Amino acid sequence: MSASSGPARPGAGQTAGAEGMAAPPPPPRSGRLLAPRGALALGLALVALAFVAGGASGAYPIAPAQLLGALAHAVSGTPPDTPQQLVFLNIRLPRLLLAAAAGAGLALAGALMQGLFRNPLADPGLVGISSGAALAAGLTIVLGPAWFPALPHALGSWTLMLTAFAGGLAVTGFIYRFAQGPAGTHVALMLLAGVAVNALAGAGLGYLNFMATDEQLRNIQFWLLGSLGGARWSAVALVTAVVALCCAAALAWARPLNAIALGEAQAALLGVHVERTKRAAVLITALAVGAITATTGIIGFVGLVAPHWVRLLTGPDHRVVLPCSALLGAALVLAADAVARTVVQPAELPLGVLTAAIGGPMFLWMLRHFRGRV
Amino acid sequence: MTLQCIDARVVAAGGRVLLGGISATLRPGRFTAILGPNGAGKSTLLSLLSAQRRPDAGQVLLDGQPLHALAPGALALRRAVMPQEGAVAFDFTVREVAELGRYPHRRQPAADESGIVAQALQATGVAGLAQRIFNTLSGGEKARVHLARTLAQVWAPLPGGAARWLLLDEPTAALDLAHQHQALRLLRERAHAQGCGVVAVLHDLNLALRYADDVLLLAQGEAISLGPAPEVLTPGRIERLWGIACTQVRGRDGAVQYLFGQASA
Repeated sequence: MSASSGPARPGAGQTAGAEGMAAPPPPPRSGRLLAPRGALALGLALVALAFVAGGASGAYPIAPAQLLGALAHAVSGTPPDTPQQLVFLNIRLPRLLLAAAAGAGLALAGALMQGLFRNPLADPGLVGISSGAALAAGLTIVLGPAWFPALPHALGSWTLMLTAFAGGLAVTGFIYRFAQGPAGTHVALMLLAGVAVNALAGAGLGYLNFMATDEQLRNIQFWLLGSLGGARWSAVALVTAVVALCCAAALAWARPLNAIALGEAQAALLGVHVERTKRAAVLITALAVGAITATTGIIGFVGLVAPHWVRLLTGPDHRVVLPCSALLGAALVLAADAVARTVVQPAELPLGVLTAAIGGPMFLWMLRHFRGRV
Repeated sequence: MTLQCIDARVVAAGGRVLLGGISATLRPGRFTAILGPNGAGKSTLLSLLSAQRRPDAGQVLLDGQPLHALAPGALALRRAVMPQEGAVAFDFTVREVAELGRYPHRRQPAADESGIVAQALQATGVAGLAQRIFNTLSGGEKARVHLARTLAQVWAPLPGGAARWLLLDEPTAALDLAHQHQALRLLRERAHAQGCGVVAVLHDLNLALRYADDVLLLAQGEAISLGPAPEVLTPGRIERLWGIACTQVRGRDGAVQYLFGQASA
């Protein structure tokens, strides 16, 4: 507590064991701005703040004071009786929940991938989830009506979401299998295979763009830019449940991920089931990001930026980084969506454009910051 | 209670023989140094003993049980391994890195987990660096933190009384003169006072003479000799294996040390 700045006087018996240490110990410096509890509290506060701001703002403003009443109303299950309550319950609340779930899931996936790849610049997109989902969505939009006319009959309005989810899982599965070697999953190979498959998916999507009609093109673009505009209660409930499950499952792997920071070989010597950890991290990421991307389209950079900020604030312990990243991600997407809904009223800015515009410079700053260590 | 290799043979992917049927029995309570010229198979042998690698033929046994029959978690409670180089991702503090050594004990933590970590850091002289970010340390400081992590992993006696093992690959490579001696003195103390089996790959023959109880001498993938250090490390054998002339002297404390000179014929 009391760090004296005067010359250090050896305490009785304190230096007896450290005979080899000639130099006086440098002053303690952890560089941690927040303790784990403080970080969790801050994350919760930010989510609450962004939730209120996002709930109040929009084409139909609702005073923050009325928000609580509307929320209580929504929770109690009684039918809405004022226009504010109607707007809040049917339009704004599902959108807020989707924003929070999407942000939390993307940031959690980012933290998992960065821990697994032992690299602060890893991103869920690297293992092919987003590009697989995007390609599948493009295929569904452009070729679906001609090749699988019965699909919308069977799946109804879920068609695009389910095919995108399947696409993300399929590409992730392929990359994961591709990177299997005699000594387990080759993590660097997985990353490079991800780069190649992302490029391939980009080519496929480009070709689909080329073939698409004007209307299809608009649909594809809208999907690629990312939006929370299509938040329906049924889809929101599903995504929220998937993300909540993924968050809970991810926490069980926090300590193994900490040990993997020492390298896979050292982690294995500590008794970590390295292969199981890899499989779990990839599966959780694929599920969360697949479900989110299928519902909202591509929302970039949240998974990259949120875990990074959390580590700067509280250090790299995954027991803290995983939950705090989820909270910060939720707050970020809630805030970004509030901005996207208000800056160009009555129109809406595509959310993906906004997150990329903020995330791009942020990423460059990170590259500079980590120049010596990446 | 032993750590045993029986006719352990390791062949590289290209067919080159790395270890050609080594048999050796190591005992707890002793500090055994593995010595030999470059490419003799020292690190390969250590990776066999730590279960990082399986022999292509023969067996590696811990208390008579094949090493690979033991679950990784159970094995991690009994033996700790210090790597030759240990990069750590992200900005973990020194204390957090040492705490990772306690990972195997997460299900049944000791009464004083943080005390164990603090004592281990104190033992290797890095307690003053506990709050520093590991990645900002010098190479020697990093090695001492990894040594502390390794010690912390098998710090306290096991409930069943089973022997604990410390396996170290060139633990002194990054250390300055004083810290080399301090580290080996510490390891010998862990063997003699705590009953740990200490097995370390070393390059400095004089350090081995001074601190090791036993020496396992390797050359070209074969075990040349295993026994008390002064008996194994004779000047004649050193000249034959390393091609360096060797003169025996005595230190001020009476310990036998060697001076090395011109290559002999």
